[in-house]
Amino acid sequence: MALLQIAEPGQSAVPHQRKLAVGIDLGTTNSLVASVVSGQAVTFADENNEHLLPSVVGYYSDGIQVGQKAKLAASSDPSNTVMSVKRLLGRNLEDIRTRYPNLPYNFTDSQGGSLSLTVRDNLVNPVQVSAEILKTLGQRAEKTLGDELKGAVITVPAYFDDAQRQGTKDAAQLAGLNVLRLLNEPTAAAIAYGLDSGQEGVIAIYDLGGGTFDISILRLSKGVFEVLATGGNSSLGGDDFDDILVDHIKQQAELNEQVSNELQRTLLDIAKDAKERLSVDAAADIQFTDDAGMQHQLTLSCIKFEKLIEPLIKETLRSCRRAMKDAEVDNEDVLEVVMVGGSTRVPAVRDKVGDFFGKTPLTSIDPDKVVAVGAAIQADILVGNKPDNDMLLLDVLPLSLGIETMGGLVEKIIHRNTTIPVAKAQEFTTFKDGQTAMKVHVLQGERELVEDCRSLANFTLHGIPPMAAGAAHIRVTFQVDADGLLHVTAMEKSSGVHADIQVKPSYGLEESEITEMLMSSMQHAKDDMQARMLKEQQVESARVEEALRAALAADGEALLSEQERAELEQALQSMLDAAKGNDAEAIKSAIEQVDIASQEFANRRMDRSINLALSGQSVEQL
Amino acid sequence: MGIKVSDAAAQRAQSFLVNRGKGIGLRLGVKTTGCSGLAYVLEFVDELNPDDEVFEDNGVKIIIDGKSLVYLDGTQLDFTKEGLNEGFQFNNPNANGECGCGESFNV
Repeated sequence: MALLQIAEPGQSAVPHQRKLAVGIDLGTTNSLVASVVSGQAVTFADENNEHLLPSVVGYYSDGIQVGQKAKLAASSDPSNTVMSVKRLLGRNLEDIRTRYPNLPYNFTDSQGGSLSLTVRDNLVNPVQVSAEILKTLGQRAEKTLGDELKGAVITVPAYFDDAQRQGTKDAAQLAGLNVLRLLNEPTAAAIAYGLDSGQEGVIAIYDLGGGTFDISILRLSKGVFEVLATGGNSSLGGDDFDDILVDHIKQQAELNEQVSNELQRTLLDIAKDAKERLSVDAAADIQFTDDAGMQHQLTLSCIKFEKLIEPLIKETLRSCRRAMKDAEVDNEDVLEVVMVGGSTRVPAVRDKVGDFFGKTPLTSIDPDKVVAVGAAIQADILVGNKPDNDMLLLDVLPLSLGIETMGGLVEKIIHRNTTIPVAKAQEFTTFKDGQTAMKVHVLQGERELVEDCRSLANFTLHGIPPMAAGAAHIRVTFQVDADGLLHVTAMEKSSGVHADIQVKPSYGLEESEITEMLMSSMQHAKDDMQARMLKEQQVESARVEEALRAALAADGEALLSEQERAELEQALQSMLDAAKGNDAEAIKSAIEQVDIASQEFANRRMDRSINLALSGQSVEQL
Repeated sequence: MGIKVSDAAAQRAQSFLVNRGKGIGLRLGVKTTGCSGLAYVLEFVDELNPDDEVFEDNGVKIIIDGKSLVYLDGTQLDFTKEGLNEGFQFNNPNANGECGCGESFNV
């Protein structure tokens, strides 16, 4: 006998066609799965009644273990136990070495800059490891619901870039899940608190998880969420609290910086445990044995702990301030502040955030579960279990997207904070006569120069019919879907030749901190503008030179006296000299000089071509 | 004969209704679909239809339309757990055949 759940009025499913969908919070430290059952969004527990699945995957001689078992084995077998894999998604090796020098894994840099780990003589990549976690949650949900899943909504930090989002989707696919939508974690949290049916206004979501910090400023109007701004730090979270504590413990115990992998892992477990106890107690006792077999005993006070983590909390508040500025709202405009992520259990975090926004944050839903619950509600709607599907989610792009143009400049096609899904097109042209191919370099970032932005993809449009420079019309279209994934197409309009690219995991690319990128774009706004002007003038000077040389080669001898020619050459040379310098204004005036000097020549060429066209023809024939 | 609601089912139904924030009770019904002829319907009720009959047992209002009542009279609504899976169950004296999965039945 199948067990039934209560459906919304008129929404009862035909047998064997129940539309089961789950929300999955794929977290750095812990992951959860939830679904709407009899009108109620609940997270699912495993056989031991544990809702949180530690995001830990172990590769052992007796097979792959996911969750608690792997977490317990982590201390004894650190190099075959992968923790916090979410941090590795979409990252390259160099980046990870500098960012997390203490990770106890054997990394390998495989082709194209993508990253692999050696576990038990096998190579696995972060997508495969994430897939193991998703598979475990999917199976748990199917056991709980008693049927196959139709689809899943998987949450990602608002600041995940294209590579990281694509990595998450690939992992879900590998786990056999049909992804209905990737949903930003903060948006999911707002849905969980039912803020979609509450008072209209601005909502701030402060999400301090294990590995990421996100601040999102949403505006709710007429039941629609619009993300006004997102900010944060994709490498700041509870794990950093732990790392700071580990360093502190090492210092107190007078240990070396370098300890064995096993001791490092043990200390990390001790630090995590102490942190959790300090959310309740005023002090925590710590005991461990070091590599030399010596016993250590320490006491950590809550006050000391708060002092240690204060710089991290301040860092999150700086992000909050920036996001508020981006959203163009003041602190008093904020109606509600939602707390998400296990690290918001730390009383000091709650207090400081409350002080910053001048409002007591919402904490009634378990901060570990709130994102999964929201995702489940969204999944239930997307799969079609609600009679009136009126909730629409608008998300925004965290960074501008554009392409490289001549001179190493970035032409932005879609600006940051544009709501997605979105498609925008812009026309470009060729730079040289007879140019038959164009390289399209897709970039992400706020700065004016290519070298300061993040490279996402490269492709070349071939087969442009040979034409004069500037005559080709090449339409470049940027399309960002609801999951935040980018698709770029370039098409030459007269011939219809086109090339396109889906921005796939760009693991090998340099990862720059998004917040840093935003900050530097503000700091360098003036420099960037000057650099852009300079580059533009340099490109223009190169174009003038090219055109003038072509004209001189064709008609110089016939139309100009030696002296005129020398004068023109001289003007050209001084323009080229100016273009080597850094003074945009000087280049501009030199270009104008060349323009004046070549005017007579241009007139003669014009006359000559008219004469040529007219010669031998009578007025009547025209 | 009417409809019975077990203690476990009543408790769950109440909590789901409270959580949902609206609804006067549960609709039990049958639909002519499925591999074995008829399928059960279990829904929240916000509005009554003209041919609905309302029963109450164990503090829960059960709403059944006239046509479905013929097939359901004497049914006990229960809530059970099978491993991780849990949900409502119809103990229907009128049913004399179920498909393998139990999602549909005939009388």
